[in-house]
Amino acid sequence: MSSSSSYNSPCAACKFLRRKCMPGCIFSPYFPPEEPQKFANVHKIFGASNVTKLLNELPPHQREDAVNSLAYEAEARVRDPVYGCVGAISFLQRQVQRLQKELDTANADLVRYACNEIPSSAAIPGSNNPVQPATLRQRVAPLEFGGVGRPIGNEVGGAFYQAPLPPPYPLPYPPLPWSDSFGGDFNGGGGNI
Amino acid sequence: MSTISSRCAACKYLRRRCPPDCIFSPYFPSNDPQRFACVHRIYGASNVGKMIQQTPTQMRAQVADSLYFESRCRIQDPVYGCAGIISWLHLQIHNVESELAKVKAQIAFLNSDANRELSFRPQIEGDSSFNNLRTGESSVG
Repeated sequence: MSSSSSYNSPCAACKFLRRKCMPGCIFSPYFPPEEPQKFANVHKIFGASNVTKLLNELPPHQREDAVNSLAYEAEARVRDPVYGCVGAISFLQRQVQRLQKELDTANADLVRYACNEIPSSAAIPGSNNPVQPATLRQRVAPLEFGGVGRPIGNEVGGAFYQAPLPPPYPLPYPPLPWSDSFGGDFNGGGGNI
Repeated sequence: MSTISSRCAACKYLRRRCPPDCIFSPYFPSNDPQRFACVHRIYGASNVGKMIQQTPTQMRAQVADSLYFESRCRIQDPVYGCAGIISWLHLQIHNVESELAKVKAQIAFLNSDANRELSFRPQIEGDSSFNNLRTGESSVG
C-alpha cells in the first residue's frame, strides 16, 4: 500500500475547493477529511477567504476554538437561515429571564416562610438554621438586537444588552439548543434547508 | 448643480452605483455605514447578498439584523463570537437552576419543620397545664 496517498490526504477544505493541500495549509489542522460537512457549512456562510483572514489574525493556539465556533455558527445559520445563532441566544435569554422570575418568587416565598412559620429561633429547639434567601450572583443583561430599530422575532421592543460581552469560556460546544419545534417560536422565522 | 443620488451604505462601501433594485439598500441605510462594514468584514458582500436573496422578502430585515449582530459579536470576540455568548448563557441557566433548587430545598425544609412544630405544640400546652396543676397554679379563680 502506497503511504504517499495517506500522507498527502487533502483536508476537507482543499477537497471541497478542489485544490492541492499543501504542507502548512491553514485549514488542514481544523478541517479533517472525515468531516466534510464542517467545511462545507463554513464555506457557505463565511467563505474560505474570510475564514483564512480570521484565522491569520489569531495566534495559532486560538485557531482551533475559533474554527469550532465558526463551524457552530455556520451550522446554526444553515439550520435557521433567518436568525442563525441569534435565535438560540434569544431563546436562552428568555429561559434565563423565566428562571430568574421563578427564583425571585421562590426567594419571596422563602422570606415569607421565615417570617410567618418560625416565630423565633428559641421557640423551636434545635432549629438554628438561618434563613438566607439565595440571590442570583449575576443578573443576565438581555441582548441588544435590531440594527434599524427592529426587535428580534416577535418580541416587541426587543431586548437590550447593556453589559459588555462576557469573557470567552472554554467551550464545551453544547448541542445546538433548538429543535424543529423551536423554529415555531419565531413567526415565519427559521426553516429547514 | 447636479443632484446627488443617495447610495446605500453597501454600495458606498463597495464604491459602486446603487441600482434601484439593490438587494442591500433596504437593510443597510446610508446613515449607518458601520453596519455594512461589520457584516462585510465577517461574511463578505457576496455571501450577505446571497443570504438575503434566498430569504422571503418579509424576513430579510431579520436576516440583515441577525448577521449584523453576529458579525459584531465576532469582531468583539474573534475566537468565540456568538458561540461564546451561547455558552455563557448555558452557564447562567445552570447557575440559576442550582440557586432555585437550593431555595426550593430550603422551603421544603422549613415546610416540614413547620409541620413538625404544629404537631408538637398541643403536646407542650397539655404538659404545661399538667405542670401548673402539680405546682398548685391554677387559672381557675
